[in-house]
Formats: sequence, structure tokens, C-alpha cells
Amino acid sequence: MSNDRRKFLKVAGFATLAVTGSRALGAANLAPTPWLKGGGLEAKRWAMVIDLKKCHQQEGCTKCMDACHLEHNVPKIEIKKHEIKWIWKESFHHAFHEQEHEHTPESIKHSPIPVLCNHCDNPPCVRVCPTEATFKRESDGIVMMDWHRCIGCRYCVVGCPYGARSFNWEDPREHMDDITENFPTRMKGVVEKCTFCETRLRKGLPPACVEACEYGALTFGDLDDPDSEVRKLLESNYTIRRKPQLGTEPQVYYIV
Amino acid sequence: MYDGGKIIAGLILFLILITFPIWWNIAGGTTDFEADPKIVTTEKSCIYEKEYMTTHHMDVLDDWRDRVVRDDVRAFHSDALGRDVEMSLSHTCMSCHPNKSEFCDECHNPMGVDPYCWDCHVEPKEGK
Repeated sequence: MSNDRRKFLKVAGFATLAVTGSRALGAANLAPTPWLKGGGLEAKRWAMVIDLKKCHQQEGCTKCMDACHLEHNVPKIEIKKHEIKWIWKESFHHAFHEQEHEHTPESIKHSPIPVLCNHCDNPPCVRVCPTEATFKRESDGIVMMDWHRCIGCRYCVVGCPYGARSFNWEDPREHMDDITENFPTRMKGVVEKCTFCETRLRKGLPPACVEACEYGALTFGDLDDPDSEVRKLLESNYTIRRKPQLGTEPQVYYIV
Repeated sequence: MYDGGKIIAGLILFLILITFPIWWNIAGGTTDFEADPKIVTTEKSCIYEKEYMTTHHMDVLDDWRDRVVRDDVRAFHSDALGRDVEMSLSHTCMSCHPNKSEFCDECHNPMGVDPYCWDCHVEPKEGK
């Protein structure tokens, strides 16, 4: 009897120790990564379709921008010239200058258009980068950035006809309330831009802006797949792109 | 040689002065340091053997960085662990070694090494 109790106490004691011990050290284990085995989103050519009709029904909405900027530690800088932007609103007048004429109604001219990096098929930023810090991923067409390699020369900022690139004139960490821990920040002297959320795609998640837009204005998918949602939208709607005359082949399409 | 004595004396003095920091440190006994990076993980092994990691962790990180960012490869098969891990400083390395001040800094500081990882990557919060 007493022998049993002793045994029981021993086992219970060790079990408690093991549980609390592993709890205390719980943080010091390798984080599980089930997505490594596959299950990421893959495509031959990623593209985005933005439905402006749906977008304009939500006046003053900034959900896509907020989600993106929170996810990627994009600082909030008040000074316009130092601002960092991955996805933002531009007036129709600025975004589609070549589409308007002298009789374009003022309401359309000033309507806000969500704009971001166009992940061009023929990206001028990639051509001008002297360190190949920005490059086009041949596997899926994403115009990527290797922030480790960026030397801050800003050729790409000049090269990009869409203003999609921002330069860190200041230490971005000084302009963040909260840092999202699973994504790095940038440092002073580095250029940054939208990456089509390649880290999320790898984990099987859609881009943060697409996920955040609950009105379905943003659609993301494979342009090479004839059954993809983006292709269906492109086939059933008239769409425009920003500055197509430049030959950059932008991959963000707008339903007007 | 004119003024040979002065020149040679000057040269010797110059050599003594320029190597002064070395003498100073030898005299002060600060040429060596004891580093004891504290390991808090419950994993049985690092992604490579400990000895290899001690001398080559910077090469591993360099290699991982290029493979992840440029080649879009995320999985690394660790023979030492016998499974795949994500090639990530913040997610993999720091999940086992969240004690940056007791682990990374333990050697980097006395060696005067200042890696710029943490200018961008977010270091784990070390709340105790």
C-alpha cells in the first residue's frame, strides 16, 4: 500500500515537473512549420485585378492599406517626401493621366485609385539596379527585393514609372508604434516596395490586402491559368492598366 | 648612414608605440575571454553539429539568406535533427535561442563583432 503511494507520488511529481518544465522552456523549441511540406500558393504568373466599382462603394476605406502596412512593418511618416508606401490611394488624375481628357468629369478625376507595385513583366527597376537587389522571380513573375543587397542608390526609384518605390530617408523603427515580429523592418538607406506578399504565398495565404478587402474588390491569382479567377475577371470585364504605353507590361489590372 | 643611432632609436620607439595596444592588453590580461553562450533549448541538437555551428554559423546564415530571398527555397534538411527546418534567422534560430543577450552577444560583444542582422530583423523580446 505504502509502496504504491510512494510510486504514485514519484510518478506524479515527475509528471508535474516535466509538464511545468517544458512549459517554462516552451518558447525555446523549434517552431512548428507544417507549411514547409508544401501547401503554399504557386503560380506561373501572379497578377491582381482591382474592381474599382466595388472599391468606390466603400468611401474612405483603408483596410487593404492598413493590413499591408501592419503586416510588413511599414512606418507611418508624416513628412510627404519621406513617406513609405506599399499600397496607397492615388487620384484617377494621377494614376491614369493618359486616360482622361478635358471633358472627364471632376468626380472621376478625383476618385481614389488603390495603387501598388505593378510587378511588371518588363520591370525598369530591375534593369537599373546595379546590385541586383531587385529582381524578377522567373518562377512566378514577382518583382522581388533583396533588402540585404540594396545599397540605397535609388536608381529604381527613378526608374519606376509608377512611384511604387519608397526610400528610407529615416530610421523606420522610429516611426512604428508596434513592430510585427514575424516580418523584418527595413533600415535607413534602403528602398522598399510591395512584394505581392511572397512570404504569405509560401504559407498558402493570399496577399494581406486581398485578405483584408472584405468587399471583394481585390482579386489575386495566376494569369497563366485559364480557369483562375483573375483570368475570368479579365475575360468578362473591360480592364485598364497604368501607363501601358511605356511597355513595362504591368500586372495589376483595373476594372473601371 | 648619417645619424644612424637616432634613426634606429626612433624606429624602435615607433615600433613600441604602434604596438602599444598589444602590450597594454597583454599586461592587463585582456587578450583572452571566456565565452559561455547559454543554451536554453530542449531540442536535442542544432541544425548542424555544435562544433560546426560555433565556427560556421555566419556562413550558414549567409547561405540561408540567399537561398530564401533569391531562390525561394524555404526548407532545409537538417541531418543532425533528422528533419526539415525553415531557413529563417528569426523563426528557426531565435525560437531555440530567444536569449540573444546571453547567446549571440556573449561572444559578439567581447570580440567586437557587430552583425547588422538586428537593424532589420526583429530580435525576440527577452522578458523574464
